[in-house]
Amino acid sequence: MNRRRASIIAGVCLAISLAFSVVLLIYCDRVRPQSALEEVLYISSPKVLKRASLGYDGLLADIYWTRAVQYFGFRHHNGESSYNLLAPLLEISTQLDPHLVVAYEFGANFLAPAPPHGAGQPERAIRLMEFGIQNNPADWKLYYDLGFVYYMELQDYGKAADAFARGSKVPNAHPFLRLLAAQMAEHAGEFDTARMMWSATYQNSQDKLIRQNAVEHLRALHVDEDVTHLQEAVSRFGERTGRLPASMAELANAESLPGIPVDPDGHPYKLTPEGRVEVRVPDDFPFATKGLPPGFKPQPKFHSQEQ
Amino acid sequence: MSAIEILGLEKTYLVGFWTKRPKRALCPLHLTVEDGEIFGFLGPNGAGKTTTLKLLMGLVFPTAGSARLLGKEWTDPEVKTQIGFLPEQPYFYDHLTANELLNYYAQLSGVAAKERSRRVAATLERVGLKEVEGVQLRKFSKGMLQRVGIAQAILHDPKLVFFDEPMSGLDPIGRREVRDLMEQLKHEGKTVFFSTHILSDAEALCDRVAIIHQGELRGVGAVEDLTSSVQGKVEVIWLGTQVPASMKALGAECHITGDTVRAIIDESQQDAAIDALRRERLRLVALTPMRTSLEAYFVEKLRRAETTAGSTK
Amino acid sequence: MKARIVHIASNTFREAVRDRVLYNLIAFALLLSGASVLVGQISIDIEKLVVINLGLTAVSLFGIVIAIFIGIGLVSKEIEKRTLYTVLSRPVRRWEFIVGKFFGLAGTLVVNTFFMAIGVFAALFFVSHKFVRTDALILVALYFIVLEFFIICSLALLFSSFSSPLLSAVFAFSLFVIGSFAEDLRGFAGMTHGFTRWLATGAAYLVPNFSAFNVIGSIAHEQPVAAQLILLNTVYALFYSAMALSGAVLIFENRNLK
Repeated sequence: MNRRRASIIAGVCLAISLAFSVVLLIYCDRVRPQSALEEVLYISSPKVLKRASLGYDGLLADIYWTRAVQYFGFRHHNGESSYNLLAPLLEISTQLDPHLVVAYEFGANFLAPAPPHGAGQPERAIRLMEFGIQNNPADWKLYYDLGFVYYMELQDYGKAADAFARGSKVPNAHPFLRLLAAQMAEHAGEFDTARMMWSATYQNSQDKLIRQNAVEHLRALHVDEDVTHLQEAVSRFGERTGRLPASMAELANAESLPGIPVDPDGHPYKLTPEGRVEVRVPDDFPFATKGLPPGFKPQPKFHSQEQ
Repeated sequence: MSAIEILGLEKTYLVGFWTKRPKRALCPLHLTVEDGEIFGFLGPNGAGKTTTLKLLMGLVFPTAGSARLLGKEWTDPEVKTQIGFLPEQPYFYDHLTANELLNYYAQLSGVAAKERSRRVAATLERVGLKEVEGVQLRKFSKGMLQRVGIAQAILHDPKLVFFDEPMSGLDPIGRREVRDLMEQLKHEGKTVFFSTHILSDAEALCDRVAIIHQGELRGVGAVEDLTSSVQGKVEVIWLGTQVPASMKALGAECHITGDTVRAIIDESQQDAAIDALRRERLRLVALTPMRTSLEAYFVEKLRRAETTAGSTK
Repeated sequence: MKARIVHIASNTFREAVRDRVLYNLIAFALLLSGASVLVGQISIDIEKLVVINLGLTAVSLFGIVIAIFIGIGLVSKEIEKRTLYTVLSRPVRRWEFIVGKFFGLAGTLVVNTFFMAIGVFAALFFVSHKFVRTDALILVALYFIVLEFFIICSLALLFSSFSSPLLSAVFAFSLFVIGSFAEDLRGFAGMTHGFTRWLATGAAYLVPNFSAFNVIGSIAHEQPVAAQLILLNTVYALFYSAMALSGAVLIFENRNLK
């Protein structure tokens, strides 16, 4: 019957074209991932976009924000080292919805740090924070984020203290803001201060990536601190005995430590023949600055899995 | 070769929203239409006439059965080059003029480019629309649209023509013209299959008819045969207003209309009646045998079907 | 066979024109010339940007609206008005009817876009007083817009083959909007789990990938378009339209016409 033949041919055509379309999309995504996002570079005026969205700016803000998170997450996961679309994405999101506080937080954590951990644009991050504060003057977290950027990336402890101080004056501000403002003055470069900041970030954020990032930094701090102390112990040993310890066990013994010191993952620290203290698996601590073999370049991957 | 052979075509619809109940639009139909005849497909509204036509045209798919048109399978698209179809109350692309519409249809029917304008012009002439060929169809009256419909059905010189209620919407002159056209088509050797519920048209035109009711075929046959179940009566008409006693004695039913009298008597009393009139010196106008009208046959068939079937569902 | 398709296509085109579709060009011309004159007088250094952005966006939106509004009635109107009876009683195959309608509508849009393109270039000349090589990129953007039209036409035709005009319009328009975020949707689908992932992934890959066709923003800033993208989009549009049309044919071939 002619009708049946035509139906079969149509059905086959349908199946084949469907298959090809899907395959093409998969190929397209693999070869040009997130290519449509590049258009953000050419949105010269987010204000125009806001007007063009005909009142649906809230929805559009959500879309751009989600794109920002996906963009960063995707590239971070693949070990990319540049994030040049992050700033426009965050700027557009916050222009469309200035009360999108989580976007400012994200900017503070990932826009400011240098590649490969972030976009390496601390000035832009500062501008974003100030814009956020302007539009949400009662949100103490934004002052914290501002201070955070000054502290972490620009090492401008004076301005960091200013930001924390401003924030502490906001009603219902978290009390640690006043504390941090005070810490900046004298103990800025210490491990404890940094630990306090990262713990604060971890506790006060809901965003998965931000929390994971904070955890990684805390782990790194732990390693840095351990290695610093262990390295000091090696020096002391050298001064006493005039030679390097033969092994970590010998050093532990000499220092009367309860056992061989281990890193946050439970692996014992190594002692190289040259007398350097190193972690066993440097890759697991992307933010550590001590205990790394010479010439080691960290991969911006998160080791721990946030549950 | 028969022009149309319907072999058990059947159509059942499923109606209802949540639960589907079957509704029989056409019971298995077996029918043959010979070459060169005018065949009438009769039945009241909703009987299944249009369903049958739609099935034959491939607009609706049968639940069972098949058909052959001009010897080929009814689903064969090439058969359609030899077929014309006028649907009931047709509607056409009203942004086109009559000329453009017919040209379009001629293109679709595969009429050669050289032939097209000649054929279109000739057909428009034939249906009496030549003067309005450049007018957009949205301005056409119902009667004019019907003519366009007929035109597109015969445009490509098909061997077999299907008309669904061709007279609908036409004034008496139009109806006469359509009847003449159908007779012309027959003279040209074409087969005409038309459905209608107007029995007088069928009686006048058709060689054979079929009667369909509630999806079932009730009767098929040549018009003469169906109506020759003669009542055995004769109609006598004479001038004057008198009814002779002798006529009354014959038991005649007499009607006086104006200046003639019309009486119906038994065939056997024909001669006695003529004698009676002559004796009374009354002028005989006409003496005609009476046949059962198709209408009577029709009504009879329907009524009988209903009583045998019991309730009307 | 081909002749019949061509005849149906040209009849569809003729119907669109007589339906005064091309009058939209007047509205378009007014919009674009108004905007050009306005920015020309204000002279804010982005005249060219505005003309290209506004012009191309208007071409796209006007065309989508026309494609949907004519497309949804292509089949359903003919069934409702029963103009189809006299067509299908001729040696026209049902699939030829669908294909012919598609080319008729697509052709109407191509012609419409052609005239609009002239308008855009005219407005561009008016504000810039000269053409540069990168203006050829506008042609690429227009090409992508035309490819989008093909996809929308085929979808409108698909819906028209089984649905009422109102519903078809809603479906087609929804798919246009969702398709503009197709890339986001695919990203989301990747982040879900379990049964939702199945559903989301299915939807994400079925929806037309319009996000890849919109290069208006970047070419307005004179960014080149990768040849790879041109090829990908062309082939994708081809297959996607074929898919929707096959669906339309499948449905229409098996439809009882009441």
